This record gives sequence, C-alpha cells and structure tokens, in this order.
Amino acid sequence: MNEGKERKTCFIRRILIFIAILFLGIGIWRGEAGVVWIKAVNLCLECIGIG
Amino acid sequence: MIQKMQQAADRLRLGVQIAFTALTNGYLWGFLTGKIYRGPLKTVCVPGLNCYSCPGALGSCPIGSLQAVLGSRDYKFSFYIVGFLMLMGSVFGRLVCGWLCPFGMVQDLLYKIPARKKRKNLPGHGALIRAKYVILMVLVILLPLTVRDLSGQGSPWFCKYLCPSGTLSAGIPLVLKNPSLQKAVGILFSWKVALLVAILIFSVMVYRPFCKYLCPLGAVYSLFNSVAVYRYEVDQEKCTKCGICKRTCKMDIKVWEQPNSPECIRCGECIRACPEHAVRKSRLHSAPSADSWTSKN
Repeated sequence: MNEGKERKTCFIRRILIFIAILFLGIGIWRGEAGVVWIKAVNLCLECIGIG
Repeated sequence: MIQKMQQAADRLRLGVQIAFTALTNGYLWGFLTGKIYRGPLKTVCVPGLNCYSCPGALGSCPIGSLQAVLGSRDYKFSFYIVGFLMLMGSVFGRLVCGWLCPFGMVQDLLYKIPARKKRKNLPGHGALIRAKYVILMVLVILLPLTVRDLSGQGSPWFCKYLCPSGTLSAGIPLVLKNPSLQKAVGILFSWKVALLVAILIFSVMVYRPFCKYLCPLGAVYSLFNSVAVYRYEVDQEKCTKCGICKRTCKMDIKVWEQPNSPECIRCGECIRACPEHAVRKSRLHSAPSADSWTSKN
C-alpha cells in the first residue's frame, strides 16, 4: 500500500516537472522573459518604497 | 556527540546560505555606485525572495516577476514564472526556504541573538500560517491582475506594501547612496522600514516569523513539499513517537505524522535529533522503501 502511494507521488512529481518545463518554454516563446528583464533592469520604485 | 553534529550541520547550512546569497547578489559595483545590474542574467529568476532592485542582485525575484507579468498590458497569466516556480517546487520544495533564501538566512541569524523570551511561534499560530496563502492570492495575484492605472498597468502590491526583503536589500542601500531618492522618500518608505524593523525584531524572539506567516514564495513552495524530489520519510517501526523531533523542530512540526509538512523548510534538525534514527531523507533512485517507511503528509 505504501509502495502504491510512493509510485503515485512519483507520477505526480514527474507530471509537474513536465508541465513546468513546458510552461517555461511557452513563457519564453511568448516573450515573458523580456517583460521580466525590462522590469528587473529598471529601478523598481514601488519595491524600494518610493513610488 | 549529537550536539557537535548539530553544530556542524548548522554551520554547513549557514555556509550554503551565505554562499548562495553572495552568488546571486554578487554585483558589488552596484553597492559601490548605488546603481542596479542591467545585464542579461536578470532574465533568469533566482529561487529565493531576492529583490531585483537590490544593487547587488544578478537575477530576478520570482514573486516580483510574477507581479510584473500579471500587471503588464499583454499577459494575464505567466507561463514563464509559474513554470519556474513549479520546477523549483517539484524538485526542492521548501528546501529553498531553508538553504537558499537570503531573507530566510537573515531571520536564522537574528534568532541566534540571545533574548529573554524566545518562542517558536506567535499566539494564534494555527490560523496565522494561513495568512501567507491569502497574501499570495490577494497581493501577488489578484490585485496586480485587476487593479490597473490609466495606462493599463497593474502594480506589484506585495513588493510595494509588504516585502521586507526589498526594503532591506534594495530600499535602504539605494536611498543611502542616491541623494535624488532621499528627496523622494515619503510615507510609503517609512511604512516599509517600520514593517521591516518589526519583522527583524520579531525574528529575534520568534523563529522565522516572515517565512511562517507572511511569505508568498514560501506559500507557493509549501504546496509542493509533499511531492518534491527532496523529501523526508519516517520508519514507523523504529519511531517511538517520543516527540523529540517536534521539540527540536523550530517550525513546530509533528515529524512522525507529517515528515513532508507544508511548513517544513528542510533544515534537517529532526533527522539528527531522532534517537532511533527513524527519520531520513527519501532516496530518489532506490527501490520503494519497505512498508515501515512512510512519507505520508
């Protein structure tokens, strides 16, 4: 019974990792990495408590 | 002997925390000049709560980046950041919190300061640990998505009104180094500094209060603790339910019942404390454990 639960956990983990890598690829393809970069290289006044 | 092992393990964990913080915030020129790094590495997120406006930051904060994409005009969902968080969560779970997060490291160090009344948790702990999920849903996801300015942009509500990591690593160093920012300081900055000071003071008396009650990134990773590659298991035949693991655990977890609790930051103290050696890290590539080993949550 324990072995069955472990196999199920392993299956769920593999699905999650597959979806994660797929999402990363879609996000990069859509240009989201560029949005992240633009936000990160401009001083975030909200983050530092100014604006 | 056990105490020496515990001390050595603590030093190892602190060493990893310091090394990773230095690696991901290694842009020293930024600290000297009061300017942030603007290179291509900032396309990549770091796994911990690490403000991208920190003058030393070489990567991006996943929570800040998530709000940035959700608040942008072009996207209503971030595959890139959600994919990153899912990958980190599925592999490491809250190991990130215990070993890689700079603000987690700050709280660990503050808790080492001797104080008269030290406690693991705040009163109302059982209810308060749910607050970080509310902060995740409301400040990180809903508000940036739905509340827009005239240009159609959403704000990073968590970063703007709450994040102490941003205040400590970005706000204070940049304001100190830039006279123009000093002139712009107002009520918001005062609020954030006051909040930071409160959290830092609480961290001396209570173990990791921000991680337990407020951190939305910890909330995300906690969802994966039960399935992550890095996980713990308990040999129920060896376990005598003596409770030493829970007394040792600064996150106050009944390890024999929940070795993969959403609150576990994988510090490993329970493994070393168990007199029966009943707690261990799960072995990824070995055959499924004997029936006596359980990793139920």
